[in-house]
Amino acid sequence: MARVVVDVMLKPEILDPQGQAVQRALPRLGFEGIADVRQGKRFELEVEGPVDEAALARIHEMAETFLANTVIEDFTVRVDEPAEAGS
Amino acid sequence: MTARIGVITFPGTLDDRDTQRAVRVAGAEAVPLWHRDKDLKQVDAVVLPGGFSYGDYLRAGSISRFSPVMETVIEQAKAGMPVLGICNGFQVLTETHLLPGAMLRNNHLHFICRDQKLRVENANTAWTTDYEAGQEISVPLKNIDGRYVADERTLDMLEAEGRVAFRYLDGNPNGSLRDIAGITNEAGNVVGLMPHPEHAVEPLVGTGRTDGLGFFTSILKRLVNA
Repeated sequence: MARVVVDVMLKPEILDPQGQAVQRALPRLGFEGIADVRQGKRFELEVEGPVDEAALARIHEMAETFLANTVIEDFTVRVDEPAEAGS
Repeated sequence: MTARIGVITFPGTLDDRDTQRAVRVAGAEAVPLWHRDKDLKQVDAVVLPGGFSYGDYLRAGSISRFSPVMETVIEQAKAGMPVLGICNGFQVLTETHLLPGAMLRNNHLHFICRDQKLRVENANTAWTTDYEAGQEISVPLKNIDGRYVADERTLDMLEAEGRVAFRYLDGNPNGSLRDIAGITNEAGNVVGLMPHPEHAVEPLVGTGRTDGLGFFTSILKRLVNA
């Protein structure tokens, strides 16, 4: 079964206090040098049947109407290629 | 015959009973509506109460927006039926795009529960005619996803058209842009706000004030005189 990944991120101009809280905690934990953190969501979709153009178009539609709120979020859709050696 | 005001219950709704009570205190008939039921039982107006519908999964209000009852609510709201969204109900209304913008996590990441002073900016909506423009009221505020955001163009449009219905006073509790606590659609029949007028309708409880009752008496007058 093919996997399609939808990543959803807050738009750059939208304040992300959760990302900021993570970023502020880093030096305390000894992780230096991280100037900014933005937190998002990742959806892994196991697709039945071929991941062709039509399937990707439907997933795009799904992301636009449901997985992301395009008033505040951007999203990307990509096919997750299986690793060479494995699974 | 009195006005019939529907109150929707989604899985995870908390404030449906208080809202029904507020409707009755104002003198209208409260009609419970169920999220899976497309039928609105011939109500004259609908309130979407607060709570955590569907556990706020994905985004607050995002799953409720696709429930069968909302199909009818969206259709009827566009035809002019009055709709009020309180807290989670406001989040549902932004997710349906009946109201512009979106709600995000409070800028300080804390859940807030306190009495909140507001200014009624627009006293001409279906739900605010019993107030005066500029009137200050105090009602409970309780949420974690209360930060109103929209792009600058939308904010400017809301201001220019008088569609900012309520603004926070004495300090912005959550980082909402332009101190916005609630907004209305262009026609004035759809109103959403984060604070809870339904918890401030009887002197016995809460602040001891009844500043929230005006929402429910406003809609009752409008429906009875219609």
